[in-house]
Amino acid sequence: MQKGGSRSEHRLLSVVLLIATFVTLAPVMRLFVEGLTDRTRPGLGLAADVLSQPATLDALRNSLVTAGLGTVISVVLGSAFAFIVALTDLRAKAALVFCLMIPMMIPPQITALSWIQLMGPSSVLLKTLGIAPPLGSAQPLYSPGGIVLLLGIQHMSIVFLTLRAGLRAIPQEVVEAARISGARGLRTWWQVVMPLTLPSLAAGSAITFVTALGNFGIPAMLGIPAGYSTLPTLVYQKLAGMGTGVLAEVSVLAMLIGTVAIAGILAQRFFQTRQRVHLVGSTSRPLAIPLGRARLPVEIALWAVVAAILVLPMFGLVATSLVPAYGVPLRLDTITLQSWAEVLFSQPVTRRAFANSLCLALGVALVLMAMCLPLAWLMSRNPTRLTRLFDSLLDLPYALPGVVLAIAMILLLIDLPLTDATLYGTVWIIFLAYLARFFEVMFRPVQASLKQLDPAMAEAAQSVGAGLSRRMRDVVLPLTAPAAAAGAILVFLTAFNELTVSALLWSSGTETLGVVIFNLEDSGETAMASALAMTIVLVVMVLMGLIQLFSRRFPKGVVPWQT
Amino acid sequence: MADIDLSSVGKDFAGTPALQDITTRFDDGEFIALLGPSGCGKTTLLRLLAGFEMPDRGRIAIGGCDMADAGRGAMVPPEDRNIGFVFQSYALWPHMSVRRNVSYPLEIRRLSRDAIATRTEAALQATGLGDYADRMPSDLSGGQRQRVALARCLVSDPQAVLLDEPLANLDVALRASMQAVFTDFHRRTGATMVYVTHDQSEAMAMADRIAVMDRGRIRQLDTPQNLYERPASRFVAEFVGRGTVVPVQAHDGAGRARILGAEVAVNAAPQSRFVDHVCLRPENLAISETGDLRAKVARVTYLGGKYLLETVLDCGTRLVTETRARFDTGAQLGLTINAPWAFAED
Repeated sequence: MQKGGSRSEHRLLSVVLLIATFVTLAPVMRLFVEGLTDRTRPGLGLAADVLSQPATLDALRNSLVTAGLGTVISVVLGSAFAFIVALTDLRAKAALVFCLMIPMMIPPQITALSWIQLMGPSSVLLKTLGIAPPLGSAQPLYSPGGIVLLLGIQHMSIVFLTLRAGLRAIPQEVVEAARISGARGLRTWWQVVMPLTLPSLAAGSAITFVTALGNFGIPAMLGIPAGYSTLPTLVYQKLAGMGTGVLAEVSVLAMLIGTVAIAGILAQRFFQTRQRVHLVGSTSRPLAIPLGRARLPVEIALWAVVAAILVLPMFGLVATSLVPAYGVPLRLDTITLQSWAEVLFSQPVTRRAFANSLCLALGVALVLMAMCLPLAWLMSRNPTRLTRLFDSLLDLPYALPGVVLAIAMILLLIDLPLTDATLYGTVWIIFLAYLARFFEVMFRPVQASLKQLDPAMAEAAQSVGAGLSRRMRDVVLPLTAPAAAAGAILVFLTAFNELTVSALLWSSGTETLGVVIFNLEDSGETAMASALAMTIVLVVMVLMGLIQLFSRRFPKGVVPWQT
Repeated sequence: MADIDLSSVGKDFAGTPALQDITTRFDDGEFIALLGPSGCGKTTLLRLLAGFEMPDRGRIAIGGCDMADAGRGAMVPPEDRNIGFVFQSYALWPHMSVRRNVSYPLEIRRLSRDAIATRTEAALQATGLGDYADRMPSDLSGGQRQRVALARCLVSDPQAVLLDEPLANLDVALRASMQAVFTDFHRRTGATMVYVTHDQSEAMAMADRIAVMDRGRIRQLDTPQNLYERPASRFVAEFVGRGTVVPVQAHDGAGRARILGAEVAVNAAPQSRFVDHVCLRPENLAISETGDLRAKVARVTYLGGKYLLETVLDCGTRLVTETRARFDTGAQLGLTINAPWAFAED
């Protein structure tokens, strides 16, 4: 005899939930304590000091401007694609969607690097084609405009995904009813589809703004050379320049970013809940309004945009990686794989970074899988107020800008309680930061697949005598394995490329790939940076292709770009 | 094999009672059906017996052992109860073959490899699944899946078998043949079986006794015949079989009563001195020109070989009767009441 419905489940749930809470939420809480402290005493004096500095205000304004305008570009591009893909009889939709997802998966510093290769006086591609601007002219991307453009391209997939999910939730009958009543073409779109999707569009814009606000790679690569700081790059420059002595000061900056970001997240949640109302009817068949004769021109236009934002920059990257020195035009007699060989096989730093990123990404993916599987299952079986609270706070470490999480991690781990030890400067601080940041990336696919799992599956095992661990091993694990695998690949993918968090947490010996690309470019080794970036792009595309290949075997909602 | 004892069992969901004060006893080897409209608590009761839910009040004992006791806040978890459960959705594990689905309970009990093989084979043969042992559940039809679920719960020799609307997902023809499989299974194993259904013909066909449930209570636990012929309450009278409940206008306490203005002999339970309603089933009404009641045919439904007549009396009461002769809508006829069952309104 035992107490309660299933004590073993409750006990395990409490343990895993405690660990998960510590891993994901403790750093964020620690940061807010620090921000509200003035020289170890509670107070807002320091916060007021930092916030009134002109550099802070400049960076805040720059952040808001670039993130805001970048979001506008994302919304225009992303929603155009979403409406056309979700509503019309376009051909090869799957391929188009896959290509649209690539910008989201390519790390921002590589996006920036590849676009830099496409423009400016020393662009290898332009020189080869003989259309490079004269030497001495400015790189047009080293400007607020360049940051805005690239932020817009980088995050258009977010708008695309949220809006497409919203569009798919519209029952076909709603549109058919409008057409049978005589509404045609754009009128249906404007008067029926548009009002129904406004909430998802607003939600997508809000979260895009938050992501753009936290983006570090693009403003770092484009803004720092132009002396244009946003909040994340300001934090980076302060911390890199003056070390942990300015920790209290940068905490205030991190809190400032965090506050703006949370406002955005709240806006997103508000709109997301608005989306769920009063849509009844079958959504089994997707909408496919015939485009008629306009179909081919529309298809050409869409693929041209994809080529411009995806293929061209990649050409730039490849071209740069194949010349012996930056600035030499690419000809048959100058083509060389020297940079590739150097960066992949000779440079100790890059080899170390490969090993670090690989181990971190693998380790994080495995640990998260081990934590998320039982947690997601137990949370779905024993929902309490506590688990629901955890569920709603879970996305904070991922949604909050990476800079915020990095600072929070430093604060939490720089002095371990009861010891003199510190994790700052070791690889473990990056590992723990990744655990917090990518928890959601692993948890949500598993959760989505468990939602579709018949609870009777586990109960059937229970009724024939299987205890908790056997039920998990023999029934829950095999049935959620595909989702867990997809989640693990996604975690691996994002962790492998991560820059923002590791840029603030690395030290000599614990460089990650993201950091190395950034440093190579920073020190003028553009050819090598391009070769390394291209390698990473290839890894990303192979892994994404792998997920795509098996996507039919995953339950609905597991693969993020197949909502 | 075991009897099942419930005393004052209650269960709430979000503050509203789903089961109230269930005190009853299912005997060893009995086939019990829990019958009731949806939301009456029958599935909740079954899940309490299985141990998937903990009762908020009362005690449950199976085979003389306490399984759950809300007073002490203690219960035996489902995996330690040795009970078979057949789910409405079958709940076959899609990643295991038919054979592995059936042998899994034995693996958990750590039987020897030989014993597992023998008993699995026996269970598969008993359910006619011998040829399908190496298929995956997704390759089976609905009826075959149901057999696998049955074999899976039979293989471990459970004390009792609980079935949650196991035929709800099958088509009508398959239901009849699966009913035969269940009764056959029951006869052969002698297991105590509790069977949840909302289909009264299913319950009538298979169960030794039926517990009719409504709003979280068992209204009557009785043999199918008694439920039909001697309902204890208005709810049971109206829920089981066709019939109309009408008030008794006067009762002499010795088997005669005035109903709808006519003096008729009524049957009633010997202990009930007082009755105030009768249940008029089609067989309690005879059509005759000289009948006590004048009625008009309101609707005629052909049932195959006979007609169901819905008639309206002058006072507005609707009565249903059956006839082999055809009547037209609007026709006038006389009805005679013939020995209806009388009971006291609860």
